[in-house]
Amino acid sequence: MIKLIPRVENSKAMILLSPLLALTLTAVSALIIFIFILDDIKVSSVFFTLFVLPLTDSYLFPELLVKAAPLMIIGLGLSIGFRAGIWNIGAEGQYVIGGIAGGAVGLYFYNVEGFWLLPLMALASIIGGMLYASIAAFLRIRYQVNEILVTLMLTYVAVLFLSAMLQGPLRNPAGFNFPESRIFHDSAMLPIIWEGTRLHIGFILAIILSLVAWFGIKKHMFGMQIKITGSAPRAAKFAGFNDNKTVLYSLLISGGLAGLAGFFEASGPAGQLTPGLPQFYGFTAIIVAFLARLHPIGIVFSSLLIALSYVGGEEVQIEYNLPSSITQIFQGMLLFYFLACDILIKYKVVLNKTKD
Amino acid sequence: MSISRFSSILKLSFLSVVLAFTSNVSADPVKAAFVYIGPTGDHGWTFAHDEGVKYAKEKLGDDVIMTTIENVAENSDSERVITSLARKNDIVFTTSFGYMNPTVKVAKRYPDVKFEHATGYMLEDNLSVYSARFYEGRHVIGKIAGRMTKSNVIGYIASFPIPEVIRGINSAFLAAKSVNPDVQIKVVWVYTWYDPGKEADAANALIAQGADVLMQHTDSTAAMSVAEEKGIYAFGQASNMREWGPNAQLTGIINDWGPYYADRIAAVRDGTWTSSDTFAGVQQGMVKFAPMNNNMPTEVKNEAMQTIIDLSMGKVHPFTGPINKQDGSPWLAEGETPPNFPDLLTMDFYVEGIDSKYPN
Repeated sequence: MIKLIPRVENSKAMILLSPLLALTLTAVSALIIFIFILDDIKVSSVFFTLFVLPLTDSYLFPELLVKAAPLMIIGLGLSIGFRAGIWNIGAEGQYVIGGIAGGAVGLYFYNVEGFWLLPLMALASIIGGMLYASIAAFLRIRYQVNEILVTLMLTYVAVLFLSAMLQGPLRNPAGFNFPESRIFHDSAMLPIIWEGTRLHIGFILAIILSLVAWFGIKKHMFGMQIKITGSAPRAAKFAGFNDNKTVLYSLLISGGLAGLAGFFEASGPAGQLTPGLPQFYGFTAIIVAFLARLHPIGIVFSSLLIALSYVGGEEVQIEYNLPSSITQIFQGMLLFYFLACDILIKYKVVLNKTKD
Repeated sequence: MSISRFSSILKLSFLSVVLAFTSNVSADPVKAAFVYIGPTGDHGWTFAHDEGVKYAKEKLGDDVIMTTIENVAENSDSERVITSLARKNDIVFTTSFGYMNPTVKVAKRYPDVKFEHATGYMLEDNLSVYSARFYEGRHVIGKIAGRMTKSNVIGYIASFPIPEVIRGINSAFLAAKSVNPDVQIKVVWVYTWYDPGKEADAANALIAQGADVLMQHTDSTAAMSVAEEKGIYAFGQASNMREWGPNAQLTGIINDWGPYYADRIAAVRDGTWTSSDTFAGVQQGMVKFAPMNNNMPTEVKNEAMQTIIDLSMGKVHPFTGPINKQDGSPWLAEGETPPNFPDLLTMDFYVEGIDSKYPN
């Protein structure tokens, strides 16, 4: 029989290297799959298109960054709560509400020019996301309702709310009654930071937010508080940390950031509110956060990696007519190998000769 | 560098451009790309487009190289996919409404590439729109449903409350009512184009509400399978779904995009492509029907066939007044038929007699 025995000491080097190891294993597995399903000549070029082209092509690279930005921002917010053991699974819902709130402000001031409009929209989206997440915080603190269920269920409510808004008050009056908003005017659109691409200022802000989160977790008392609450709840209580505050702040931060990401999506690449606003960023960001071991700087890299799988996956679909599930397979393998590596770091495998 | 030398270089380069251009027209195949919202295996909307692509490929042979990409969500990702395709193709077809604004954006950035958007309303010099008068198909299946229902309840699985879907519901209801005054229509909105699980749930919910004939404006065969299993009737959507409902499928509305795709790609090859606005129906052969099931009474079958003939000769219009809106306010006067714009293309109301609530 095979047994897993906890290791006394976890290798520091392996903890740092395991994401790379997982990536290598994923790449090798992908290669094996390609060898089985493709002609020999194509294998290397498919591999190149999937993993390298998005990093070197002048059109695809900025697109990769565009795709990574919302994952990064949402992943950051989630990682803070996850550290404290607060499981906000419904960032997707807060993202949608943030997008609606920010977008509604932009549409309310339609064709009004002004530098103040974008900050106002951003503020609205953050508040929207926070308020939406605070429902789960309230229910958890007041009635001990599990926040996993509440946040997840509220995601569906948010998506329905979006379609109600697009059927009603936010619908484009000149849009043939299709459920879409007007296209935002220039003052309500995020500035482009790379001429001729869709790369917007939100990406820079995402990087800045990662740095802020890093320092915050390291230096600020709240960082310590969530860490201890997550790893040793009883110790946190003895230390006098307020459990309710941790719940509230974790959900407010993750909700606010998810809301901000929704606004970036609406005012960035989308440029309007449509039923296509929700696109699983809120759920994919959970993978992003865990691949990074909840580390803010790690999240920068893991969000880029997941974005690579999307952009590269699309390209191989276009170039080589491979099925679209290639992206999911890649993401699934990555997470699987990563978790497997983690298990092997924490435990050692012992072959037990005698039967139990 | 002397002036003469410079001018000779200029001439040479001009000549080579001309040569390159002319050789392009005669030798190189047209590169055509298609963006699909669902999987080609949906056996509905996307499947029908893919059949059209295969038809066009067969017709044009080596003159065309086809690229298709499936499961492209109607969000900001689609703009990246469309751009990637525009970089490598001569003509790009985007086959769902939600691609409209991304297609417009990309079309503006790639003025030399031709674009074709299905079911939208935005035109550019290098962007055509095309759609089919599916509501004519609904007129035929509405009549059949009105005759075949015993419970007088028709179940309708609807995707999104957009004009195209609303037109279908109204058209089917009016046709059913014309042959069966007691008929009612129950609508379930699933807010997706393709989700077999949700579509099956909706089908079961409608059956629980008494429906014994199902119609759908979604893309999978799930409802057809449910209908077959429960022993009731349904209609194929976008393609022939006979395989999933050999007894259940009375007929089906088939979207035949093939000839259109072949024509448009050939126009690019011949250099005659211009931006156009196409809204074609039974008459033009863009809307066709699956074979009528033999389990239908002959009178019903004959009536349906006659209706198809009338539509193909332009003798009937599914929306012929007098028709009131759901709230009782008049829409069309006696004998009046609606114009494409605004009435058909922006339709956002139910007609009188439908007792479901309009989704808001």
